[in-house]
Amino acid sequence: MDRSSHSRSRRMTPLVALAAAAALTLAGCSSSSGGKKAEESAEGASAGKANTPRMTVALVTHQSPGDTFWDIVRKGAEAAAAKDNIKLIYSNDPSAGVQANLVQNAIDQKVDGIAVTLAKPDALKDVIAAAKAANIPVVGLNSGVSEWQKLGLMEFFGQDETVAGEALGKRLNEAGAKKAVCVIQEQGNIGLTQRCDGVEKTFSGSVETLNVNGTDMPSVKSTITAKLAEDKAIDYVVTLGAPFALTAAQSVSESGSEAKVATFDLNKDLTGAISKGTIEFAVDQQPYLQGYLAIDSLWLYKNNGNYMGGGEQPVLTGPAFVDKSNVEAVAAFAAKGTR
Amino acid sequence: MSMTQHAEPAVTSPPAPGPKGTDGRTAERPLALRLLARPEVGVFLGAVAVLVFFLIAAPPVRDGDSMANILYQSSTIGIMALPVALLMIGGEFDLSAGVAVIASALTASMTAYQLSMNVWVGVIVALVVSLAVGLFNGWMLVKTGLPSFLVTLGTFLILQGANLAITKLVTGNVATDDISNMDGFDQAKAVFASSFDVGGVQVKITIVWWLVFAALATWVLLRTKYGNWIFAVGGNKESARAVGVPVTFTKISLFMLVGFGAWFVGMHQLFSFNTVQSGEGVGQELIYIAAAVIGGCLLTGGYGSAIGPVFGAFMFGMVQQGIVYAGWNPDWFKAFLGVMLLGATLINLWVRRTATRR
Repeated sequence: MDRSSHSRSRRMTPLVALAAAAALTLAGCSSSSGGKKAEESAEGASAGKANTPRMTVALVTHQSPGDTFWDIVRKGAEAAAAKDNIKLIYSNDPSAGVQANLVQNAIDQKVDGIAVTLAKPDALKDVIAAAKAANIPVVGLNSGVSEWQKLGLMEFFGQDETVAGEALGKRLNEAGAKKAVCVIQEQGNIGLTQRCDGVEKTFSGSVETLNVNGTDMPSVKSTITAKLAEDKAIDYVVTLGAPFALTAAQSVSESGSEAKVATFDLNKDLTGAISKGTIEFAVDQQPYLQGYLAIDSLWLYKNNGNYMGGGEQPVLTGPAFVDKSNVEAVAAFAAKGTR
Repeated sequence: MSMTQHAEPAVTSPPAPGPKGTDGRTAERPLALRLLARPEVGVFLGAVAVLVFFLIAAPPVRDGDSMANILYQSSTIGIMALPVALLMIGGEFDLSAGVAVIASALTASMTAYQLSMNVWVGVIVALVVSLAVGLFNGWMLVKTGLPSFLVTLGTFLILQGANLAITKLVTGNVATDDISNMDGFDQAKAVFASSFDVGGVQVKITIVWWLVFAALATWVLLRTKYGNWIFAVGGNKESARAVGVPVTFTKISLFMLVGFGAWFVGMHQLFSFNTVQSGEGVGQELIYIAAAVIGGCLLTGGYGSAIGPVFGAFMFGMVQQGIVYAGWNPDWFKAFLGVMLLGATLINLWVRRTATRR
């Protein structure tokens, strides 16, 4: 007994020493600013909890992995699900064929409702018909504002990308801009193209589009810098996603250009940049609202037979402008990752 | 055969065993042809052609700032293309290299932020993780004998999923938190992502690192025993093993070298952009491999150089940015890129064939 405990303690000694050394090292290396410690613990929005029977709803999107925008949509959907006593099944795939299979998967699971994005409406036509045949209510969100009724969806929550682009174009006119460059981070994405087209429609100056490789930030930065050098007349850089706006701001300052940066979509770093003035304004389509309303609408339909938008009109969640005048009100929510 | 090759790595065709100098192929070839036979000469000519082309077609390229920008873009590809090229000379390739960069950046950022540590703690942890990924790749390859395509495809998918899932689990978001106000950030930025003034032109430090690493890799490849081992394991693994080359060590260390590169580029991205999105990096592995192949490395291994990929990466940056400087229709962007790169590769091939024909 004695011996074994003795040898155990001897074996433990180096371990204890190592742990102590590690702890000391860590303590010595701790950051006095920033980091998790500085982050305020933030509670998500909560509106009590429904006592209706538990239902299951599937949310199937065309999100590609790791995109901050979709993360916010999903958080909105989760908040509504928690409130409505709904079990939320989230799935996603950027390729239309796989997304259609995911919807079929939800039908096979006999869910009580499906919320789906219509980035490629034609590919989803058959599977949405199958859901209706199985008496599962289907609502649309985010993409497909012009197709949702044709496909027979009940309701739609989102932003008309062209309308949002037009709103941004008008805003550029007010700012007195002459020449803008519209930065597309994913060549061939129809929603992104519509935004730039919308800007072109209302903006009285000229707009050029610029394709960048969205999966490689250094290359995004170099390409925008190159464009600013190529055309010194550019006085506004319009990006179509929050992370690219922050990179564009770096390009602008490094290239010594006088151009200003405006963007679609929001995240928490972007609100900081707006209050600092490095980015002028953002068009926010309120992704949290899209996810939240899509799920909540299915609950309302099941429990009270309601149709949002009257079953005729889409429910628009954007364009809502965020600029220096209202950024403070939004920043706290963006910090939680919900705005 | 491979022994002859790695003793004189710059020679293209493995000379047939036989009395030296009697067939007149190695000794009496003119200097110009011998130069042309070097793996980096074709790509050098290709790079010059592309550079001249854009100097004419796109006036803004003639500006010093523009060249600094092109070189910056090239350097972020080039730093990774170097270890990828060495690995390729060693007969393997790594499909996980693109997402490995982001995995490293995410590790550093989250370690520092979540534990509220000095960012250098995150940087060191990320280095360990990156080297471990390389070790895993190499070890799996050597132990199982599976082709590197399969092993690194597996790692690619694992990392892609883990990048997303772990980031979401730890931060609650799919991007990391901003660490720019944390202790040590400024020092780390100075090392990985600063810039300095050269005659009024802002030059990114990655360009310096890129050239330093290239010089180092060239020296290792041509002047050290380890360099010979790389050529030997890429040429013929079995005969290399038979003459005493530590094949296992060489292969695993090459994968770890790619891990080191991924760490370095990952740190650049982190300290340059303050946050990292977990979905980035996918597809970059092919660009690194393309830069190495354009740089004269064979997909089959045993042949190539470290300086070739430098020009390969430069060509990539030059074409990508040159199109923008030229102000061409952006819809054609990727098509232009493909045509230019194919063209450059063909020049490369033609030069090598001409030089080795007689």
